Amino acid sequence: MVEDLFRIENLSMSFGDKKILKNINLVIHRGEIFALMGPSGAGKTTLLRILNFFEKPAGGDLFFEGTRLSHVREINTVRQRMSLLFQTPTVFNTSVFNNVAYGLKVRKMDRTAIEKKVKDALTIVGLQGKERQKARTLSGGEAQRMAFARAIVYDPEILFLDEPTTNLDPANVAKIEEIIMQVCDEKTTTIVLATHNIPQVKRIANRVGLLLNGELIEVSSKDQIFNSPSDARASAFIKGDMVY
Amino acid sequence: MNGAEFLYGGAVKAFELIINLDPYVMSITGVSIKVSGTATILAALTAIPLAFALSFLNFRGKQGLITLVNTGMGLPPVFVGLFIYVMLVPAGPLGFLKMILTQEAMILAQYILVTPIIAGISLAAIKAVPGPIIETVYTLGGREKDAVITTLKEAKFGIITAILAGLGRALAEVGAILIVGGNIAETGSIAGIGEGLSRTRTLTTAIVSETSKWDISTALALGIILISLNLSVNLLANFFRGRD
Amino acid sequence: MISGIFETFINNVLCLNEHKVENILTKIIFFSILISLIAGCVQNTPSGDLTSMTKTAPPPQELVLATTTSTCDTGLLDVLNKKFEETNNVKILTVCEGTGKAIATGELGAADVVMVHAVQAELIAVANGSFINRTYMMYNYFVIIGPENDPAGIKTAKNASDAFSKIAARQSQFISRGDESGTYKMEKSIWKAANITPAGTWYQSVGKGMGETIVTANIKEGYTLSDRGTYLSMKDKTDLRILFEADQTYLFNPYHVMAVNPAKFQNVKYDLAIRYINYTTSQQAQDIIRDFGRDKYGEALFTPAIINERR
Repeated sequence: MVEDLFRIENLSMSFGDKKILKNINLVIHRGEIFALMGPSGAGKTTLLRILNFFEKPAGGDLFFEGTRLSHVREINTVRQRMSLLFQTPTVFNTSVFNNVAYGLKVRKMDRTAIEKKVKDALTIVGLQGKERQKARTLSGGEAQRMAFARAIVYDPEILFLDEPTTNLDPANVAKIEEIIMQVCDEKTTTIVLATHNIPQVKRIANRVGLLLNGELIEVSSKDQIFNSPSDARASAFIKGDMVY
Repeated sequence: MNGAEFLYGGAVKAFELIINLDPYVMSITGVSIKVSGTATILAALTAIPLAFALSFLNFRGKQGLITLVNTGMGLPPVFVGLFIYVMLVPAGPLGFLKMILTQEAMILAQYILVTPIIAGISLAAIKAVPGPIIETVYTLGGREKDAVITTLKEAKFGIITAILAGLGRALAEVGAILIVGGNIAETGSIAGIGEGLSRTRTLTTAIVSETSKWDISTALALGIILISLNLSVNLLANFFRGRD
Repeated sequence: MISGIFETFINNVLCLNEHKVENILTKIIFFSILISLIAGCVQNTPSGDLTSMTKTAPPPQELVLATTTSTCDTGLLDVLNKKFEETNNVKILTVCEGTGKAIATGELGAADVVMVHAVQAELIAVANGSFINRTYMMYNYFVIIGPENDPAGIKTAKNASDAFSKIAARQSQFISRGDESGTYKMEKSIWKAANITPAGTWYQSVGKGMGETIVTANIKEGYTLSDRGTYLSMKDKTDLRILFEADQTYLFNPYHVMAVNPAKFQNVKYDLAIRYINYTTSQQAQDIIRDFGRDKYGEALFTPAIINERR
């Protein structure tokens, strides 16, 4: 029995005359790794920003656990249960511990619980023992893993990832992908992954939505979209024959 | 007496005055620090919240206020002094406050001069905090309050620099405090005798009057103290800039 | 009158109605009180208690004296005021500025008593009701100083205006105060008497105090008009010499003290001002004036007005 966690209906978005997203309909199931796949400029980041309430859509509705989100209060409550990891890691100018503990401090958790959860999260991302290091002195890969730990430390129900392995070396890419799957399995966190990296989607996603020019061309299981795509454009993108 | 001998003699006497902690010279230094320090503290208490309001809030007249701050950064001190003078003299509209020729009037003048400087530099420091940092606060479940606190932490070295820049400017300022304070010292105020102490005489205004008397050694001693103070303030500012 | 101008200014230029003005004023006042409180707290630190520790007398009254740079910079007031302060438990707060500004300070009510040397300006200020009890306390003579070799040959001049004419004819360097001082007022009246409008590269206006003007004249090897007191107090710091003096018509330089009119400003310390004025003409003060500078410069800088008459 799959449970609908996040539902998007008839969502559209435009900046000026330019239509960025056209009539998006999408359901995210609880516990899955959903890949939002598409080339650069397709509208992936904009969609993620709308789902995290940084942009107001031009039209359409968002539902969380079946409830339509319209009021600021509801949005703030839902935000508490979500998390987003940006493409380039953002680092607060303080220690690794304070960075990772941020979401817990905001939730007014007590100090001993915070210390334990930060330790666990750093262990998951392979940065154990680095609590007292200044976050700005971390390497790019380490910073992204720290940001990952910061995003999952308070056990969000849904985690949005925007191109999380861009600019990373193969070792760090492998590590991040491993962490994504581990978090999904062990913490039963729902993952929404925006990426243009087809092999990555093949490696870790359960379901895939293909976004081209602001349109959601196809939404189906990984096996189906890679083995028998229903749309000619989807087929072209997957085979790498896409002409931009 | 040739110029070099003159300068040498002046410098020797200057160091004597400083090393012997000449009461007159020390009282002038004290008034300088008190007036400029108090003005800077009050200005910081106004300017920093103002800078945050200008960064985070949207209200009518905001653009006008920003223009006012930017213009205020270059206010001519003599004009400010003159304006406060005519307001505060007994014949002026605020004469009943009996503030003319007091340290309070000098503090008010420097408060007006320094507030826009601290606000302007703080505003730039706040604007320099990357947008994704603030958005990260929201992705981790933080609210507006948390965003403001995080911005304050991220911009803190910039804001400290702003306060120190304001203090440096206040300590070096002479035009406004000379007019509203009157450069008053008690009777017998002669360096090396040290009977009359400063009332509203600061390092800068004293340099003006000692130069006018052509008491070069005292003027040099005061100049050395003033430069040392400003040097310390700048070293402190550099230290904080290095920490950032 | 000035406060009236301000009200009109605020009302008309800022287009505010009276209600709003009151509102703003209330805020400004509130803020000022806040500042005073904070500053007051800081002031109560024990730094200034060195003098009051020894005696348990009531805190001294304060008298604000606005005066000219020549009385300050020569150091006369340091000696003269000390005596008055000791016998009357008073602190005199001296604001040293040019004569013009000292008179203005009194006219605006910011001082209690003024000591100045510009007869015409004093008479106008008394006539418009700003000051009362104008009292003659001392005098000296202005001196024309210049380089020892006296290029314009003013040593042989018939009078001050003749000396100025010679300087202008030779186009020798002349350094002018060019401010609101009594010295500059005197300089202008001498040029007027000589029927000359000084202009050209030889005539330079510095807009500074007497001491700095003398220093400038020394560097430029030029002439300038100085009060005798300031010149003597700087004699060892300059190569300039007195080349012309003692012209009764033009170079006479009387000093007067006068009290700010209490009818105009109720808060001025009129009684104390009067006590001070009477002190300056007392035997004790006049003796101080007569002797001031003799030990240091070999001659007096000022001549007392009263005991000199008695002699």
